[in-house]
Amino acid sequence: MSVRRNNMPGFRLTLGFTVFYLVTLVLLPLSGLLWKASALSPAKFWEVVASERALAAYRLSFGASFVAALVNVVFGGLVAWVLARYPFPGRRFVDAAVDLPFALPTAVAGIALTWVYSEHGWIGQHLVPLGLEIAFRPAGVVVALAFVGLPFVVRTVQPVLLELDPEVEEAAACLGASRWQTFRRVLFPRLVPALVAGFALAFARALGEYGSVVFISGNMPLRTEIAPLLIVGRLEQFDYAGATGIALALLVVSFVLLVGINAAQAWTRRRTGEEP
Amino acid sequence: MSAHRSTRAPTEPPLVRALLIVIALVFLAFFLIVPVVAVFVQALADGPAAYFAAITDPATRSAIRLTLIAAGISVPLNTLFGLAASWAITKFEFRGKTLLLTLIDLPFTVSPIISGLVFVVLFGAQGLLGPWLLAHGIRVIFAVPGIVIATTFVTFPFVARELIPLMQSQGNEEEEAALVLGASGWQTFFRVTLPKIKWGLLYGVVLCASRAMGEFGAVSVVSGHIRGHTNTVPLHVEILYDEYDFVGAFAVASLLALLGLVTLGVKRLVEARESR
Repeated sequence: MSVRRNNMPGFRLTLGFTVFYLVTLVLLPLSGLLWKASALSPAKFWEVVASERALAAYRLSFGASFVAALVNVVFGGLVAWVLARYPFPGRRFVDAAVDLPFALPTAVAGIALTWVYSEHGWIGQHLVPLGLEIAFRPAGVVVALAFVGLPFVVRTVQPVLLELDPEVEEAAACLGASRWQTFRRVLFPRLVPALVAGFALAFARALGEYGSVVFISGNMPLRTEIAPLLIVGRLEQFDYAGATGIALALLVVSFVLLVGINAAQAWTRRRTGEEP
Repeated sequence: MSAHRSTRAPTEPPLVRALLIVIALVFLAFFLIVPVVAVFVQALADGPAAYFAAITDPATRSAIRLTLIAAGISVPLNTLFGLAASWAITKFEFRGKTLLLTLIDLPFTVSPIISGLVFVVLFGAQGLLGPWLLAHGIRVIFAVPGIVIATTFVTFPFVARELIPLMQSQGNEEEEAALVLGASGWQTFFRVTLPKIKWGLLYGVVLCASRAMGEFGAVSVVSGHIRGHTNTVPLHVEILYDEYDFVGAFAVASLLALLGLVTLGVKRLVEARESR
């Protein structure tokens, strides 16, 4: 390991403890999972990972996470824009409220959203008579996942908006661009990397989300069962091998996403010229 | 929030601005504020007496005790790790730093269900270390140690993620000056670095504690839901909810919601301190 020479003390102590803690708490247990999964025969692995019920769950998890992340990009982008650019009374309060889904324990969000959107809840009682059922339907899964993912988009886009140089917009205006043209041609392209990064973060978070979804989804196999719930189902039958197989499939997807997010963030930094 | 925009920067017509603000606020009100308000309204639906009965119930009290134990162990450990990791990463250059940063984020990207599963696979009866633990009469899964370990795993990155960007932005000049003037490494840490990072550290610790007390998925997998024995506050919310004791569930959930609101308050306070 090559260390740049500087006179700071404590390199061995702090890095040693960091690596030791990381390996004991995270890496060794995770490799235990991989080891257990490797004990599965390919036939059994395929049977577990590609059963009809599992495929339905992946479809719901990926579909609902995708839609929720899209909702987050549209509304989160709008919220970030309003917070960064328009002064209005109570802006500080609203800015703080954006972090609510991040601070609220998932089970609390889960039961609250379920009640609010169910037949007798504040919002559900107006929607259900119109035929718009949300609780215990795939739409409920989308609502819960969009709730959880919102801060990720806002907090990725907002700093980029704040750092845009107003001179660029002034220049566009001086050159005769309308406000809409300036937004479409000058501002929006600069926001795209942040919107993509925010989308990926919200999507990744949504794929693994559990607590806020299990209450509102109703957990009906083939219809409203999300992928993490498949693992819980296998565990309840003491089918450790099956649970591990599905977990491995999900881990691979999360890992690919993590790499993609890092690439998207590096792209954002390059595009906005911000130091890492 | 920094850098208010100059008034001469071009902006949208007042009508467009007002419309965008209204859409953003209506979205946030229905999507974020309504569910949080619902928690407290539902908790008090049968009056204050029922509320206090629910939160002082022996099962609730034992769940609170276990939650505090889990947080009381995981938060100091993760704080120590966060300090060591941020010192190693921000004061030194070494190969593999990017990999280390990615690995620190790992528990953040793994689904909470998989985080729990990892420890069931490791310590469960059919797990890798299960037979050995059984022979020595040590219970980890479906017992308190499993809950503590799963909580520590899930909340592992929070302090480090707060401190690393903060210490990176602060640089090392003051530490270097202290060392040149003859301070020891520990003196430099306690007298120079700690005062510099105290607000960021405070928020990291509060966030870590709030996440530790609110963790649902991972803890649910390892706990076995034994009432009065391996029941944490979020799990107790689920039990009450599944028993159709909605007032009880929301009353206990309101404690966690308060915790989330306190976390948000601390975040604002710290941001105000740091921007000063």
